[in-house]
Amino acid sequence: MTRLASGGRIDRSRPLRFTFDALPHTGFAGDTLASALLANGVRVVSQSVTYGRLRGIFSAGVEEPNALVQVGGGTGSEPMLRATQVELYDGLVAESLNARGRLSPEPDVARYDKLFAHCDVLVVGGGSTGLAAALAAGKAGARVILADEQAEVGGTFLGGRDLIDGRPATDWLAEVATDLAALPEVRVLSRATAVGYYDQNCVLIAQRRTAHLGPAAPAAMARQRLWQVRAKQVVLATGAHERPMVFAENDRPGIMLAGAVRTYVNRYGVVPGHRAVIFTNNDSAYACAIDLDDAGLDVPAVVDVRPNPAGGWPDRVRERGIEVLAGQVVSDTAGGNRGLESVWAGQRIDCDLLCVSGGFNPAVHLFIQSQGRLRYDEILACFVPDEAPQAVAVAGAANGTFGLRDCIQEGLAAGAAAASAVGFGDGHPAGAPQVETVAEHPIVPFWLVPDESGATQFVDLERDVTVADVRRAVGAGMQSVEHVKRYTTIGTGSDQGKTAGINSAAIVGALLGQPVAAIGTTTFRPPYVPVSFALFAGRTRGQLFDPARVTPIHPWHVAHGAVFENVGQWKRPWYFPHDGETMEQAVLRECRAVREGVAAMDVSTLGKIDIQGTDALRFLNRIYTNAYDTLAVGHCRYGLMCKADGMVFDDGVVMHVGPDRYLATTTSGGAAAVLDWMEEWLQTEWPDFRVRLTSVSDQWATVAVAGPRSREVLRALAPAMAADAVSFPFMAIREGMVAGIPARVCRISFSGELAFEINVASWYGLRLWEAVMAAGEPFGITPYGTEAMHVLRAEKGYAIIGQDTDGTVTPQDLGMSWVVSKKKDFIGRRSHRRADTARPDRMHLVGLLPVEPEDLLPEGAQLILEPRQEPPVAIVGHVTSSYRSAALGRTFALALVKGGRDRMASQVYAPLPDRLHPATVTEPIFYDKEGLVRDG
Amino acid sequence: MLLIPCPWCGQRDEIEFRYGGAAHVEYPADPETVDDATWARYLFVRPNPKGPLAERWCHSQGCRRWFNIVRDTVTHQIMRSYRMEEAP
Repeated sequence: MTRLASGGRIDRSRPLRFTFDALPHTGFAGDTLASALLANGVRVVSQSVTYGRLRGIFSAGVEEPNALVQVGGGTGSEPMLRATQVELYDGLVAESLNARGRLSPEPDVARYDKLFAHCDVLVVGGGSTGLAAALAAGKAGARVILADEQAEVGGTFLGGRDLIDGRPATDWLAEVATDLAALPEVRVLSRATAVGYYDQNCVLIAQRRTAHLGPAAPAAMARQRLWQVRAKQVVLATGAHERPMVFAENDRPGIMLAGAVRTYVNRYGVVPGHRAVIFTNNDSAYACAIDLDDAGLDVPAVVDVRPNPAGGWPDRVRERGIEVLAGQVVSDTAGGNRGLESVWAGQRIDCDLLCVSGGFNPAVHLFIQSQGRLRYDEILACFVPDEAPQAVAVAGAANGTFGLRDCIQEGLAAGAAAASAVGFGDGHPAGAPQVETVAEHPIVPFWLVPDESGATQFVDLERDVTVADVRRAVGAGMQSVEHVKRYTTIGTGSDQGKTAGINSAAIVGALLGQPVAAIGTTTFRPPYVPVSFALFAGRTRGQLFDPARVTPIHPWHVAHGAVFENVGQWKRPWYFPHDGETMEQAVLRECRAVREGVAAMDVSTLGKIDIQGTDALRFLNRIYTNAYDTLAVGHCRYGLMCKADGMVFDDGVVMHVGPDRYLATTTSGGAAAVLDWMEEWLQTEWPDFRVRLTSVSDQWATVAVAGPRSREVLRALAPAMAADAVSFPFMAIREGMVAGIPARVCRISFSGELAFEINVASWYGLRLWEAVMAAGEPFGITPYGTEAMHVLRAEKGYAIIGQDTDGTVTPQDLGMSWVVSKKKDFIGRRSHRRADTARPDRMHLVGLLPVEPEDLLPEGAQLILEPRQEPPVAIVGHVTSSYRSAALGRTFALALVKGGRDRMASQVYAPLPDRLHPATVTEPIFYDKEGLVRDG
Repeated sequence: MLLIPCPWCGQRDEIEFRYGGAAHVEYPADPETVDDATWARYLFVRPNPKGPLAERWCHSQGCRRWFNIVRDTVTHQIMRSYRMEEAP
């Protein structure tokens, strides 16, 4: 055991049992899995991803590259967690990972929440700086959110032994925490990691709420919560990550970051070894030597690359009789299957712990995500924040300010300034507490210990990338650190190279003979730490992922075995198969019913826009390509609309339902876009028009009754409504009672048959449908779905906008010049005269009859003219719709073909994988060309 | 994700809005009298500045009003939000 007898912030009265790789261990409340493993003498925690080398715990925080674990069994199993961040609980089960986790095969039943919050000042990071900032801003009266990634606030100084006002820093910490809790507008989020910083000070915070409780987690509580915070001001107090120096055989278990070792000793009461050597280029690691000495370890030497380290820290260490090897480096290590056994620093020194510090990299990840720019500070030997376009301040170690006293002062100032900027307080911070400081001997930048022996020197531990790999990348011509990253995979592990990135830039710089400042960093992108997909999904899973829209008649369709098709968000019956029927058989049967008897379809999904006002007619005339001046009340008319570029946008039927009042239908998928489009013209170009638009898509249910016997069904349903061809002509509207329900009946047809569309208030929809089916029963009424509807309309050559068109098709291309007015202006009219729009060889909508009547061309098939051509073969068009027709007794298709109207009766070929499929070009109408059936 | 100030409803999340492209693109008073080049400019040519851009948005999941904002295309800061009838 390497647990100290006393000290640390663990609760020795609460032992916790856990297993790691099936071996039982015991830790204490307050431990992380990493500290508990070290306390149990577990030195090897993983094997490296490429070379299978033994690895140990390297850090004490989010930057950990080695100690990846899978936690929990069964459905709660979480892959790829860092042992340094897993809080211990009783019964925890963890396994080491070989760089890749395993998702549980079972669905994750835990709940994940999202929460939107607004505040005046968001402080990210609850170390000394962040606490001071939150306190200053909160005391000024601002609404503050403080997000801290750990279980308790305090950050790095929980792992130190600083004194504030002559007392342990943790006393000050407790006081600040009490002060913050007393401020009603301050909210402290623990276990909450800010993972993304977006535009307009939008910060995403991932909060872990129950994982640390293990099986004791309340089932009703969200496992994690995603906070989407909008802050008027942000203070980033995200601290800094210690970086190692790179030397031969630098990946053995027992080689750790010096600051991390301090944290294990002081916060967790764990000494991760028995005999420790320090290797540093700066003063911070001397505190580590003192802590280890006080903890009773042998500390034979501090190896310092600086030629003459002097002043407060080195002197204190020398006073203890610890040798300082000035101007020396650790150039090699030796060890076995328990890790480190000795280091070489001009001499062999036996040790099982090597504490390395190469300086500190401010954690500028969020700052860069906020579009901030960095500059390289030569004195501090690190990249520090420079310009920031957003309302963000960076304070403390994240800003390159490393002393505790300076951090607190900078935090207080940043908090007060942020509050003042949004109207709270005068911006002057309260006085900072007294903190003992020691004059520092400056850092000497040092990245890589030269090695001539060809020994392995790791740059990125998680990715197993070595200096030789970097050298190979530069040798292959890579000069940008971004290219080196992609060539070597440095920084692409789940730790995103937090301990590797800057070192790799420095090594690239050394190889290219350029300073680190010129090389720069790679771009840090969200998320700052790995986040589970379940958190981003939140509750929008399963049925809540996307709203499903259903019509009032939907339950009937379900009860009658409909197969559904998604149309936008709508669920529409695709076809209604009988027992044992294939789709093809069902669709042919449904088509026959429409052509020969009577059939009914739920068309409630069509978009419907109510258009009212004294300028409604003027408005329609401008929106649609055709004119409505002659459309009398009680009649309806097919309408087509184009965008300003003259291309077809949507179509539907406009009903004149009363004085200055119209109802326009749109395609089922286009309703929202058409309404926005109409509103745009009304509000931006024609604001003087007295017109109001209302979406009434959901207010009406509509049943289409189609077929030669549809009139008989209508008569049965509405005996009082004259339904003969003279009293109720094609494109007329009648209002009256249908099946005892107030209804509006339109005689319109998308199938080409005699047909009536019955509209009722949506809550009567199901009752109407049932009445139609009952009244139609003597006539053999058949429900039909969208597929039959598509076949029937294609037989008539009616284009479906969005299927037979793609945004590059004009009404003229569709052969629909008849619906384009020559007399009035409308949106897109001018474009129809543009040279490109008017040229004769545009793609025209035509019909295709495959030469073999059973040949069903796939939709999307390309078309060519000559069967035998040398490549490149010119494509002249493609199939847009293709079906088997009951009425024709054969297959047919619609297609867009270049100059198609001039190719009537000629042949085109669809080159499909098996062979060329010939087809004859025809008019795009196959059934009842004269319209006698429809109009009868 | 932007927070967009609707002149009628105040600050709302971007998901409530539909984007409408550059604002103040003059619709030719009489399209029939302009030449092809002028019409093509109206149809296809849009400003693409690095910096402030006036653009149209529609609060389609809210008050359904079209309005203009001035947004910096580099920082996404919204400098101004104004109603259709207000001067640019």
